[in-house]
Order: sequence, then C-alpha cells, then structure tokens
Amino acid sequence: MLHIVNKSPLTSVTLESCLNTATGGDVLLIEDAVYAATRGSAAEAKLQSAMGRFKIHVLMPDLEARGLGDRLAEGVTPVDYSGFVELTVSNKTSQSWL
Amino acid sequence: MSDTKKFMFVNRKAPYGTIYALESLEVVLITAAFDQDVSLVFMDDGVYQLKKGQQTKGIETKNFSPAYRALEGYDIEKLYVEQEALEARGLSEDDLLVDVTVLSRAEMGALMDEQDVVLSF
Amino acid sequence: MANIEVGGNSYETDEEGYLVNLSDWNSDIANYIAGTENIEMNDQHWEVINFLREYFEEYQIAPAVRVLTKAIGKKLGADKGNSEYLYGLFPYGPGKQACKIAGLPKPTGCV
Repeated sequence: MLHIVNKSPLTSVTLESCLNTATGGDVLLIEDAVYAATRGSAAEAKLQSAMGRFKIHVLMPDLEARGLGDRLAEGVTPVDYSGFVELTVSNKTSQSWL
Repeated sequence: MSDTKKFMFVNRKAPYGTIYALESLEVVLITAAFDQDVSLVFMDDGVYQLKKGQQTKGIETKNFSPAYRALEGYDIEKLYVEQEALEARGLSEDDLLVDVTVLSRAEMGALMDEQDVVLSF
Repeated sequence: MANIEVGGNSYETDEEGYLVNLSDWNSDIANYIAGTENIEMNDQHWEVINFLREYFEEYQIAPAVRVLTKAIGKKLGADKGNSEYLYGLFPYGPGKQACKIAGLPKPTGCV
C-alpha cells in the first residue's frame, strides 16, 4: 500500500499517525510533508526509525521548491512526478492522509 | 456479489473546525447506495465526531452528529474507533453516540491492508 | 432563490422549490407545495410526510429512498414499505417529492 502524506510533521500529527498505524509499504512525502525528509529536522529520527517497515520517498520538486533540495535525509528515495505515478501504479491501493 | 469492493473511510478531523467530517459523512451516505462493503474508521481527532451531546446552537452551525445514528439504516454497520485516540482525549466508548468496535492502532493498520479503496478525510 | 405565497405570507425556497428555512413549514405550505406537484394530499400522503419529518427530527438528514422505504416498512408495515406504494403516492419519487412537501432538504445523493 502507498501512503501519501502532505502535512508538515512540525504542525500536524499526520505523518506520525501514518507511520504508527500502517503496517508497512511505501510512504511518499509531498508538499509540506517533505520537511520531514530533511537533515536536521525534528522529524528526521522518527522517519529513520520507520525505515525498517517502510520505504520512504520524497517528491523532489516539492523539496526543491522549498530550498531544501540539497538536504535530503539519509535513506530517503527521491522521486520526480513520473516516480510518483509509478508508485501509485505499483501499489494496489493508495491512501492520501489528509 | 463478486463486484463488491471493500471501501474504508478514514476520519481524522474534529467535526466543526473544518468541513472534512461533514463532507466525509455525505460521501458515506451516497456510497451506501452502491451496496459496497463500507467501513468507517475514526482516529486522531476524528473520534470527536462521535462524541455524545453535541450542541451547536451557540455556533450557529448544523449539528450533524445525529446522522451517525442513521448509518445503521443505510446498512453501514462497520464503525471502528482507535483505542489510543480515545485514550489520548480522555474519552471512552461510553462517550460515543453510536455502537462501535474499538481497535488498537495495530489492528487498525491490519484492517487497512484488507481494503480495496481507502479514502481519507 | 424564489418565493412562494401561502396564506398571505411569503416563504423563501430554492430554485427547485425546496423550503430554505425548515422552521417555516406548516401544513398549509405542505398542501401548497403538493399542489404545485399535482398531488392532492390524503391521509396516506400525510402518513409518509409525517414519517419523514419524524425521521429528520431524529437524524437531521432526509433519508435516501431505499432507506425511507425500508424504514416505512418497519414502522407502517410491508404493504407500505415498498416502491410501488410510495411511487403511487409520489410519482416523481418519494425522496424528492415527499421531502419537498415535508419541507425538508433534498436527500443527500439524490439528483
């Protein structure tokens, strides 16, 4: 299953709920959720500890737009828009966490 | 019926601060017409949607909480509430206005995996 | 927005003729709206209208036709809880037409 998160981890519990509830699979961080995938962010450790169960992806255009394209956290896979599409195709179901 | 799909609606927002809860409820009521296998999940602030005794006169907003009690008549009987979310808010099953199944976070995750379609609100 | 005139008073309706303020409703208005739908109200019509208003009072929604049919069957008997009977009373749909006469909003999901 693909879990898509779009909220900043610093203002919303969405990412945490996703990681705590879902059993595994792909997680794609888009829009403000990309802040979670930056080195030095308070959410980085949480993301790292979830990597055993999840494969974490980040939508690079969103990270670059925020001036953080060079701060991608260790272990996070960068994807572009076609990578986004591939993820939705390769997973039987997707859930957009609002 | 072979073309029945498992639909899950995940409700994570409190009822009146945003429109999500009401929108979700309306989509659920419409979906009921299609005879699918529908589950409703309430987690995070979504559990507040089911709190008994909502009185909205003072905020001049429609109280839509009685509609959750109509769901049974729409043959929507699978309502799941996350245990951890209730506890974090000082609530228990007795505070809720409908009968629900309380599940742990882990059980909720497993239930999600069984779905064909998951819609999050 | 539109208005209907009943008993010397003016009431606001939407463009499809549903009452805007549910609290405006009374039996004269119901009879008037029924007239615009070419329905002459009798006891059987009233039974359904009253049922709808009770349902709305309890759940704050107008029921879908399928739900209404089932609930009427439960309360008033199987001879009334079926489409034939209800469409006989409200030819353009018990959901749409009866809700309008009952002063309720159009049922969710009803087009």
